[in-house]
Amino acid sequence: MPAVSKGDGMRGLAVFISDIRNCKSKEAEIKRINKELANIRSKFKGDKALDGYSKKKYVCKLLFIFLLGHDIDFGHMEAVNLLSSNKYTEKQIGYLFISVLVNSNSELIRLINNAIKNDLSSRNPTFMCLALHCIANVGSREMAEAFAGEIPRILVAGDTMDSVKQSAALCLLRLYKTSPDLVLMGEWTSRVVHLLNDQHMGVVTAAISLITCLSQKNPDEFKTCVSLAVSRLSRIVSSASTDLQDYTYYFVPAPWLSCKLLRLLQCYPPPEDGAVKGRLVECLETILNKAQEPPKSKKVQHSNAKNAILFEAISLIIHYDSEPNLLVRACNQLGQFLQHRETNLRYLALESMCTLASSEFSHEAVKTHIETVINALKTERDVSVRQRAADLLYAMCDRSNAKQIVAEMLSYLETADYSIREEMVLKVAILAEKYAVDYSWYVDTILNLIRIAGDYVSEEVWYRVIQIVINRDDVQGYAAKTVFEALQAPACHENMVKVGGYILGEFGNLIAGDPRSSPLVQFNLLHSKFHLCSVPTRALLLSAYIKFINLFPETKSTIQEVLRSDSQIRNSDVELQQRAVEYLKLSSIASTDVLATVLEEMPPFPERESSILAKLKKKKGPGAVSVNELEEGKREGELNGGGERGDNSGISASNASTPSPSADLLGLRTVPPVSAAAPSAGSLLVDVFSEAGVNDDGFLRDMEPPTESSDSLLAEGSGDSDSAPPSAVSEDPAPPLPESNELLNKFVCKNNGVLFENQLLQIGIKSEYRQNLGRMYLFYGNKTSVQFVTFTTTVTCPGELQSQLNVQTKIVEPLIEGGAQVQQVINIECLTDFLDAPLLNIKFRYGGALQNLTLKLPVTINKFFQPTEMASHDFFQRWKQLSQPQQEAQKIFKANHAMDTEVLKAKLLGLGMALLENVDPNPENFVCAGVIQTKAQQVGSLLRLEPNAQAQMYRLTLRSSKDTVSQRLCELLAEQF
Amino acid sequence: MIGGLFIYNHKGEVLISRVYRDDIGRNAVDAFRVNVIHARQQVRSPVTNIARTSFFHVKRSNIWLAAVTKQNVNAAMVFEFLYKMCDVMTAYFGKISEENIKNNFVLIYELLDEILDFGYPQNSETGALKTFITQQGIKSQTKEEQSQITSQVTGQIGWRREGIKYRRNELFLDVLESVNLLMSPQGQVLSAHVSGRVVMKSYLSGMPECKFGMNDKIVIDKQGKGGTTDDTVKSGKQSIAIDDCTFHQCVRLSKFDSERSISFIPPDGEYELMRYRTTKDIILPFRVIPLVREVGRTKLEVKVVIKSNFKPSLLAQKIEVRIPTPLNTSGVQVICMKGKAKYKASENAIVWKIKRMAGMKESQISAEIELLPTNDKKKWARPPISMNFEVPFAPSGLKVRYLKVFEPKLNYSDHDVIKWVRYIGRSGIYETRC
Repeated sequence: MPAVSKGDGMRGLAVFISDIRNCKSKEAEIKRINKELANIRSKFKGDKALDGYSKKKYVCKLLFIFLLGHDIDFGHMEAVNLLSSNKYTEKQIGYLFISVLVNSNSELIRLINNAIKNDLSSRNPTFMCLALHCIANVGSREMAEAFAGEIPRILVAGDTMDSVKQSAALCLLRLYKTSPDLVLMGEWTSRVVHLLNDQHMGVVTAAISLITCLSQKNPDEFKTCVSLAVSRLSRIVSSASTDLQDYTYYFVPAPWLSCKLLRLLQCYPPPEDGAVKGRLVECLETILNKAQEPPKSKKVQHSNAKNAILFEAISLIIHYDSEPNLLVRACNQLGQFLQHRETNLRYLALESMCTLASSEFSHEAVKTHIETVINALKTERDVSVRQRAADLLYAMCDRSNAKQIVAEMLSYLETADYSIREEMVLKVAILAEKYAVDYSWYVDTILNLIRIAGDYVSEEVWYRVIQIVINRDDVQGYAAKTVFEALQAPACHENMVKVGGYILGEFGNLIAGDPRSSPLVQFNLLHSKFHLCSVPTRALLLSAYIKFINLFPETKSTIQEVLRSDSQIRNSDVELQQRAVEYLKLSSIASTDVLATVLEEMPPFPERESSILAKLKKKKGPGAVSVNELEEGKREGELNGGGERGDNSGISASNASTPSPSADLLGLRTVPPVSAAAPSAGSLLVDVFSEAGVNDDGFLRDMEPPTESSDSLLAEGSGDSDSAPPSAVSEDPAPPLPESNELLNKFVCKNNGVLFENQLLQIGIKSEYRQNLGRMYLFYGNKTSVQFVTFTTTVTCPGELQSQLNVQTKIVEPLIEGGAQVQQVINIECLTDFLDAPLLNIKFRYGGALQNLTLKLPVTINKFFQPTEMASHDFFQRWKQLSQPQQEAQKIFKANHAMDTEVLKAKLLGLGMALLENVDPNPENFVCAGVIQTKAQQVGSLLRLEPNAQAQMYRLTLRSSKDTVSQRLCELLAEQF
Repeated sequence: MIGGLFIYNHKGEVLISRVYRDDIGRNAVDAFRVNVIHARQQVRSPVTNIARTSFFHVKRSNIWLAAVTKQNVNAAMVFEFLYKMCDVMTAYFGKISEENIKNNFVLIYELLDEILDFGYPQNSETGALKTFITQQGIKSQTKEEQSQITSQVTGQIGWRREGIKYRRNELFLDVLESVNLLMSPQGQVLSAHVSGRVVMKSYLSGMPECKFGMNDKIVIDKQGKGGTTDDTVKSGKQSIAIDDCTFHQCVRLSKFDSERSISFIPPDGEYELMRYRTTKDIILPFRVIPLVREVGRTKLEVKVVIKSNFKPSLLAQKIEVRIPTPLNTSGVQVICMKGKAKYKASENAIVWKIKRMAGMKESQISAEIELLPTNDKKKWARPPISMNFEVPFAPSGLKVRYLKVFEPKLNYSDHDVIKWVRYIGRSGIYETRC
């Protein structure tokens, strides 16, 4: 700062500040400030112009008041005036006020920009610096717009002072960070890169920050900086501590610059040029060598600076991951730090080692430090360091040391800090699974885990252990035995009870031979825990009980007694009550064969990514894994989970009636309720369906009452499939299903709904017709968790239908993921009237087995009706015109449904004809008129429906200009009422 | 119950700290200081909850009194106690200030031991306390005196000791009221209420039984029913409707509930007999008529007329009208016919003071305010014009009808007692929007 001239002390400001300091209370302070503000206002308002000094003083006071937390709404103009002053102090205060208090006021911004521009173009370096600082401090978009072009010029101009260059580089960096689109380096790039060669170290330091930021965006443009940086680095590293004078910090030459250079190099792959690379390796070796030298000073600053460079160098070595020699040296260096008395150093060493462990070259070297790390985990006082130690143990674990590490982590878990317990548990679970040589060890480990830190064992962990036990025959007996023993502890964690209940329910028979674990003993052991558990666990236990009945018929009476007790059968929780009631009935009614089928052992689970791993990734946050990968893993889990629920429905008996969330043993309850990204299969299909329900609601309810909710849908589906499994396994299209005619009739009067459904597949339909054209959307939903492969659909028109209907289909994708749904569009053109319906054949492979089924597409002649309104007189005239006997078709039939006028009306409307009111003399009767639009001709049709409420009979008369049409319509309609 | 009691100065330094229960630790002291006294934003709620500990505070000038508890106590009781505590301290050493508290801290601890026991409030009657907690040096009391104090403190009438003798039996009765008002610029009353106190100073011998009567509507109506209808009409006009009232502990509430008569044995010295509130038929002593005109962006003209609205024979005193000015005021010119007016920049207001003003008079002030144009688009919120005054009557219309004194044992009668009655009406928050 230039020498303070006389009178720059600003006595008034000092007095004001001391007044404020002396205020006894907040109120007094506010009073003093109000007084001062009024004074300044009157001064600014005053007629006589203020001199620069007093202007500066008042602006300063305003700034002080603002910094105390009061609003300032005037004085901006005076501050801007100060900018054009020639005195440094006045300019400085003006810029200070503007950087602190600027708001995007358009007129002022223009004035400010003008003043800044003047200062930038002046030759005075201090003024230029002030202006650059102001731009950087404000850093708004407007500033960037105004000066983004100017500053690079200043930065690279040959005649700019060094200090200005530094400011310009940092100012540009700031603008680039706020609005990168406005800062275009383009032509300046190479000249900016060459700033690395600048004589002045300060300029290099400032420029390198800018280059690092820019090169992260456009690495290619700044590629040339690598060799420059390497040469710069080697010059610094090889210099003696006295060479750089001002830039030597406690005997370390230019530590900040070195760190920044090393960090810049981390943005790029290893240099390809051999000479450059050799030089760089030399530098890194020198840095590593220097770390071994005795310290030149005992001051902490010296070692801090030295270590900062060392750690940057190590992370560069890890980044390159190509120099085994350096990697091992780095590892050894870190190993020394592991025992350093400085906690921060230990932390950093552990952290760096974590990344080193993942490199193939240094993995072995890292492993040599296992004892030290275990020791750190046990004895370290700082929890964050312990956390790092745990991370490192996890990273260095492999098949050879897994047992030791898992054992150590387990033993540490007992005393571990609460904040890291859950993560530790996940890690132990993953390591145990990943490196398990024999699965009895795995089961032991996980059960131990549940025993030690039950509260922190998430659902995923015990799901996983069950999956593995079920998929591995060899371990089941051992698991049952171990669980049985574990459950004998007087107090065991609920998760343990869950695992125990599940495993004993499945494999209790494997240990039943031993009298010490006879069926009844097993049951009593489980039931002794029952009352201490939460509802979901109890539900699981009830399922285990019913499985006991299957496994050990001798326990039947005891278990039935338990199920029958009031506390079960009249439980206030609906899930428990339902299970109790259903299981009781199941056990008493069903024969042993049925029981054996229903309660069969669980089939193996499909192999998939461990859900635990996904959970750990989630806990670590996106920093550890790329977001995509994580999401993918999650979605996969969800889909699989959702699918499995359906799969298991036969096994978990209660699923047959209500697939409630607490019923599924393995369905991930953490799955959000049908997210948009990965909807579960059932819900989407139901959506289509419910839309249909809205369109013709009256119909739906009357015609098919059981298809209202998803639950009953599923029930119906599974019921159907029992009676008629779609298992015609041949390559030829299967013959149409027996019920396909019925299905066809369902859609005579409506366009949307569920066409077909069984255990695997659900087909929804949505269609629309205009004149002789129609478009149909078919939705194929995969209800299972396994994908359908070679999924093909073909639509054929048998016999003469080929010439009557023109059907075009779009090909569907041959793969339907588990739980997913695909859509197919079918365009239909009616050439002439027709009788039959086109056939839809669907073939796909589900788990290797070929599925083949054929359905009738619900395309009927009435879909092409065009309603015609006509008066009574016209109607009867036409009616008479169509009086030839072959033109008329009549049917008398019994009512299948209740004779509700409204429902009848709705159905007739759904037929597509116009319902004519006040035409028939008898108001009970219905008459309709319509024209069937085909490509070849138009067929006018008239309809008369006479209900007889007493006899519950209908008489239906149809007359149309074409005899076949009358016949067909009559047949179709007779089924509807 | 109260777990502890702290007194802080304005800087948040602890002057007095008395912990009554173990569940309050020393860190509670700091918690209150950090979260309330030094809070970044001014804490306006008198009750603050920090870490499941409740802090109840009152502020007297620069002194903070805070009661702390972890239990769910009756907040009204705690505040009543804190107010009482302030009264007791005032009675002992005058104004509550840092200086006074520091000078009397031994006395304060002694008082705290007496009026709060394990967090339960005890006898906090100044008269009774003064008999055994004195500021004079240790004066060993005789056995009889001690037993007398014990019997009095533990007895039925804890607020008065026996054997008081005065040569002149005198009684001072002050009716102190504060009238609150919010009025629209058009002169419509938006809200108004009077909160009043009847304060008594009694210098009576023996154990006198007093009976106090005023023009409470219910009492008058009740009497009217018994008497002639003519009487009811006459007195009904002057009677007032009291919304709610509270009494000093000496008043026999059972008698008040059954007969609506206020009878009591008064404590010796000064005390507050009752507190009440009325909202109907309030006499508003002053009417403020504001007139604000904005002349362009840089000028504001304000004219305010005040009219006194009471008997011309009465004189209002200490009248002060406070006219708020915009925050960007750069200069003010004031002209007033009466009194003195001044622009106070530190308070952002024009303050107009008039020493005395008789009833049914009118006075006016006009001011020109110059404004500095700002780049702030916010409009001035126009805070209301407030007013302070003191009038020698009760704006609620309350009248003391009688105060009878009976002392059956000693030989003086009601007529021998010299009684003084005084009415003072003050302004509370008396505001008119402009």
